[in-house]
Amino acid sequence: MTDPKDALALHTAMTRIRRFEERCVELYSAGDIRGFMHLCIGEEAVAVGVTAALGADDAVVSTYREHGHALARGIPMEALFAEMFGRTTGCSGGRGGSMHLFDAARRFYGGNAIVAGGIPLAVGLALADSYTARPQVTACLFGDGAFAEGEFHESLNLAALWGLPVVLCCENNRYAMGTSLARSHAQTDLALRAASYGVRSWAVDGMDAPAVRDAVRLAVDTARAGGGPCFLELRTYRFRAHSMYDADRYRERSEIAGWQEHDPLGALVADLDPDDVAAAEAAIAEEIDAAVAAAQAAPREPVADLTRHVLAER
Amino acid sequence: MATTTFREAFRAGLREALAADDRVFLMGEDVGRYGGCFAVSQGLLEEFGERRVRDTPLSESAFVGAGIGAALGGARPVVEIMTVNFSLLALDQILNNAATLRHMSGGQLGVPLVIRVPTGPGRQLAAQHSHTLEGIYAHIPGLRVLTPATLADARGMLAPALADPDPVLVFEQIALYGTSGELPDDAGPVDISRAAVRRPGTDVTLVAYGGSLAPTEAAAEQLATDGVSAEVVDLRVLRPLDEATVLASVARTHRLVVVDNAWRSGSPSAEIAARVAEHALYELDAPIERVCGVEVPLPYPHHLEEAALPGVADVVAAARRAVG
Ligand SMILES: Cc1ncc(C[n+]2csc(CCOP(=O)(O)OP(=O)(O)O)c2C)c(N)n1
Repeated sequence: MTDPKDALALHTAMTRIRRFEERCVELYSAGDIRGFMHLCIGEEAVAVGVTAALGADDAVVSTYREHGHALARGIPMEALFAEMFGRTTGCSGGRGGSMHLFDAARRFYGGNAIVAGGIPLAVGLALADSYTARPQVTACLFGDGAFAEGEFHESLNLAALWGLPVVLCCENNRYAMGTSLARSHAQTDLALRAASYGVRSWAVDGMDAPAVRDAVRLAVDTARAGGGPCFLELRTYRFRAHSMYDADRYRERSEIAGWQEHDPLGALVADLDPDDVAAAEAAIAEEIDAAVAAAQAAPREPVADLTRHVLAER
Repeated sequence: MATTTFREAFRAGLREALAADDRVFLMGEDVGRYGGCFAVSQGLLEEFGERRVRDTPLSESAFVGAGIGAALGGARPVVEIMTVNFSLLALDQILNNAATLRHMSGGQLGVPLVIRVPTGPGRQLAAQHSHTLEGIYAHIPGLRVLTPATLADARGMLAPALADPDPVLVFEQIALYGTSGELPDDAGPVDISRAAVRRPGTDVTLVAYGGSLAPTEAAAEQLATDGVSAEVVDLRVLRPLDEATVLASVARTHRLVVVDNAWRSGSPSAEIAARVAEHALYELDAPIERVCGVEVPLPYPHHLEEAALPGVADVVAAARRAVG
């Protein structure tokens, strides 16, 4: 059993992500957020569990479905809303939007919308740590779809060969857009396949935040101690469509409902004091309102600055 | 005449190709059960079954390479790459295999493959989803590169592309998919070797292709109300380039403006300007003007995305400078 204080902290962190994304849906409908937007509702335990196992100096590499990862990593809400509104105070100066959240100070390296594109980067960040004998670890988040790309396999081989301190966290939500795991992988036991590279690999219940955190902690400790890369298959599910454009015609409603019974928020709430939960909800609502207001008041970048950030300013 | 969208026109071309020849199959990420990322292939799985409409895993290099192999083996694959930025994961297969096998094999092996690539800006999708990279492919000998920008071309380019003995890339403008217009009921195959004069004129030639055709036509319209007669040439084919149509137009108008959503450096606009300078310099009564995408990865905010692309006003201003 998880200790109650611990459970409350994890539950609050996940609730914060869920409420944030629910507000994002409203803002998208209102036209304040544009472009492609991908929600992680249902997958909050992965975001919270992975980031809770990392130190402030460790690195995180993420994908386009990264609101939860970014929030859990500590990027302020206002900077995230401002980014999605395309304002200068956004965490990427407004240039990236929902799919490209970055924060160098927090070692949050995207925000990559090329499926599997971040995995070689994570291996390289770990290479830099290993090269300079820094005791840091890189956590890389990506989906089951990315596991099918050559870049994943090339990267895993390299990381294993050189014993690099990288923890590969595969967020297996069973779908790559409309293509299910079984229709895209000849062998659907992803941990088994990763293990064939000689990398410590195991599957974890991705709807269970304490379990995710403990597994990632073990992997991070292993990597930090020089034990080389680890692969974790975090089995989870997205309750919403792939993106705001997706009509979600490829899965049964009953399948979604079945997974909702394992809602990562519900899994913890039974052990919590309802007053504590209500207080946390109220604080989150206030935080969101203030962050949206501040982001909405932030300036748009002048067109005269269009060609900034192509090369370093000198 | 019937009202239709670009999306429906592309789908009609696909349906017809699948119905006409059993060697033709469609393959790509989410083309089947999902109905296509941009809903172009919606309904085709139900109509033709999983043998003909094949969902692939996320593995651009593998499934494009497999398309090349299937074409070598006698099939007629139509491969869809979800958007042009992701096509770069398959660039090795396209350049080092599809485009070069005929030459390396001394003419023994052809690759009759069609690759469809949704492309271009306009929906605030930021720097990994919006670029105009057709020029990269136009650089490669051994490919045919098509840029349908009208409903008739959207409907009619696939059949001749499939009949071509060599690899053909079709770049479909994402921003146009929902646009509707009139298409003749008997719209059929179109010429995939020639540029088209979309609007005749006498004062200045405006050259455009793909996503830059619409603002260029709007600019020509605006110029006409001010008494400037602009001829609009739609390149349609970036490789092999039909320079004769461009040169003939410049010989009539003596002024040239090239409009291109791509970055100026090394873009198709650079190629057009160079060809005209090489072959028709003395026809020109004014310096060549280029209106191109600003050289920045596409930004997410709407006002910056707009500012990064050639707009109607930019084309009008360039044409005015040219006519003096
Ligand atoms: C290289 C590449 N190919 C295709 C796409 C289009 N695309 C975006 S997300 C996605 C599904 C990815 O699935 P997965 O890796 O399982 O992550 P999830 O979306 O489930 O979190 C696809 C096909 C892309 N962004 N990049």
